Amino acid sequence: MINVDKEKCTGCELCEKACPFGAITIVEKIAVIGDECTLCGACVDQCNVGAITIQRKKIEDIDLSRYQDIWIVAEIKDDKVRNVSFELLGKAKELADELKQKVCVLLLGDNVKKFAQDFSNRGANRIYIAEHEALKDYYTETYSSVVTGIISKYKPNIVLYPATINGRDLAPRVAATLELGLTADCTGLSIHDGLLLQTRPAFGGNIMADIICPATRPQMATVRPNVMEMASIQDSNNAEIIDIPVNIDLQGVKVKTKEVISETASECGIPVCEADTIVSGGRGVGSKENFKLIEDLAKVLNAAVGASRAAVDLGWIPKSQQVGQSGTTVSPKIYIACGISGTIQHLVGMKSSDIIIAINKDPEATIFNVANYGIVGDLCEVVPLLTKALKKKLCED
Amino acid sequence: MRFIVCVKQVPDTTEVKIDPETNTLIREGVPSILNPFDQFALEEAIKIKQEGDEIIVISMGPPQAKKALLKCLALGADKAILLSDRIFAGADTWATSYTLTRCIKKIGDFNIIFCGLQAIDGDTAQVGPEIAAQLGIPQITYCESVEKLEGKKLTAKVQTDDGYKIVETRLPILITGITPSSFEPTNPPMMSIMKANKKPFSTWDANELGGSKDNYGLNGSLTEVIKVYSPPARQQGVVIDEETAETAVQKLIDLLSKDKVI
Ligand SMILES: Cc1cc2nc3c(=O)[nH]c(=O)nc-3n(C[C@H](O)[C@H](O)[C@H](O)COP(=O)(O)OP(=O)(O)OC[C@H]3O[C@@H](n4cnc5c(N)ncnc54)[C@H](O)[C@@H]3O)c2cc1C
Ligand SMILES: Nc1ncnc2c1ncn2[C@@H]1O[C@H](COP(=O)(O)O)[C@@H](O)[C@H]1O
Repeated sequence: MINVDKEKCTGCELCEKACPFGAITIVEKIAVIGDECTLCGACVDQCNVGAITIQRKKIEDIDLSRYQDIWIVAEIKDDKVRNVSFELLGKAKELADELKQKVCVLLLGDNVKKFAQDFSNRGANRIYIAEHEALKDYYTETYSSVVTGIISKYKPNIVLYPATINGRDLAPRVAATLELGLTADCTGLSIHDGLLLQTRPAFGGNIMADIICPATRPQMATVRPNVMEMASIQDSNNAEIIDIPVNIDLQGVKVKTKEVISETASECGIPVCEADTIVSGGRGVGSKENFKLIEDLAKVLNAAVGASRAAVDLGWIPKSQQVGQSGTTVSPKIYIACGISGTIQHLVGMKSSDIIIAINKDPEATIFNVANYGIVGDLCEVVPLLTKALKKKLCED
Repeated sequence: MRFIVCVKQVPDTTEVKIDPETNTLIREGVPSILNPFDQFALEEAIKIKQEGDEIIVISMGPPQAKKALLKCLALGADKAILLSDRIFAGADTWATSYTLTRCIKKIGDFNIIFCGLQAIDGDTAQVGPEIAAQLGIPQITYCESVEKLEGKKLTAKVQTDDGYKIVETRLPILITGITPSSFEPTNPPMMSIMKANKKPFSTWDANELGGSKDNYGLNGSLTEVIKVYSPPARQQGVVIDEETAETAVQKLIDLLSKDKVI
């Protein structure tokens, strides 16, 4: 239920401008809420006089069976669908098969309709599209009110978000507004007694926890990139498309981006969060110049260049490439750690990689405890030889 | 101005050992510390604090969490509030943010709320944005540093997937993140620790916070942990320790081809 306190309302029109769904009109200096209202709450945040309140239903009153289908929130970056979106779709299809429900994709952005095909090809049943030029860039306020509104209206059973910088900004905002449970950074998802069983590491990766969300719908989780298999391309291509008209005014956005500085593009090629092979260097690399050795090896493997915090702090490589607790959590197919000791803060960020290869001159280094293959030796010697040998090997194949 | 910093006392996960027999966590003897990321957030608040500004640190936790708050006072916070009540126990991120939001509303006026990047025991990074949503104020997550604060206008450097961006906002704002360039959390000097004991310290329980008891702790939690277990141990790997780098690399290549890694 949404209420406008007629005594408090000043007719200032801020809410009218803030409403992404065009549901508010000002009639005789009082805000009137129309049927298009999805209870997203954007107006509540904008109202300076506290005239608008939303009374959300108490948990007990909810008929859970009204919540159907598995949704994923797709992420678009630089006019491309991020792989993690297809990974979420792959997982969502598995869950949907088991629950006999539909797989739906929520596509938000400017000029994103063209991507519907990619999801349809990979087996999505329904695609909700909210297109608006003001959704071109991610802003917490615009995205969270649109997603909140759409979820309230269409009532999905499960919503999965990528555990990326934007996903981890968006999901808790939506969850708190709708009073929903949310599980962060899942590495496993399955169905258990009809509920979503969410598996995630905690305690610096030392324990795993299985979590459910019994009483609120949708059940929501953010999911770590590179862990799930991408949905494969199929023959089917008949997803239903649902256009959701939205109306957004960036005037209301309170946190404005002034400048964007992209470091990876110029210096390191592939961002670590996207890569399925990563070559990382730590303090043991010894100097900024020596990082060239790491970059050469990465080039041969078409890999991203990663780093430990120590290497970042020393200014050898930009912060965006840092792997670990205060950097990016990665789980590539192959992770090569060169001159990295393996402290818990680094391990927590890369321990779930499929194959770990470590090069370190100290045979006691903890990194060897998690490595599938290790070489004890000076990386200045080993890495160039490895680069050469791999180049030769990959040419032969 | 008034800054509120949310801090948590956490087990020092770097000290955690795994029992090799049972492959389970050995929790005994693991010290409790101030969550390092919360210390970084506090240090940022101290950095931008000016004459007349006030920093309040708040924490929800058991009575022992007082220690973490005292450390904050010694580091430069002005006041501390511990939210402690048996019914707060077992809170998930929703119930935690509900409790902290009640506390912030009771404090009343504020200009900036700081949270750490994440708590090192849970690693969820959800509590900050959930507080912001409940207060209905904007948020800046993954903030690296506050660049400038002029009147009510704040400029911040924010991490992105491939670099960073500069954002501008007006207060009030909730900021999470803050990863400093110097990464070793510092310990306050003895003198400051002694002074900390004299700074204002209050403990509030659920009655003090008001609100519905059903929203606190385990009762208020919307998620439920049904099982906790050790991750499957990684297979023992092969460590190549050869005379020369050439033979070591050759051996690695052979192994990688044999195992079809490349
Ligand atoms: C709150 C907090 C968060 C943190 N977050 C992160 C994080 O996200 N990511 C992260 O990485 N760290 C993080 N850290 C820092 C972490 O604790 C370590 O300081 C850091 O990971 C160490 O980096 P390193 O392994 O490169 O350096 P070191 O620990 O100094 O190890 C260097 C290694 O290189 C080897 N070596 C030296 N020379 C050579 C050579 N010529 N050939 C081969 N090997 C050589 C040495 O034997 C040694 O093992 C965090 C710390 C804190 C307190
Ligand atoms: N019990 C708590 N008391 C005070 N602050 C907390 C508490 N739990 C989490 N926080 C704050 O929220 C941030 C994120 O925590 P988390 O979502 O658990 O990773 C922490 O860095 C703290 O700033």
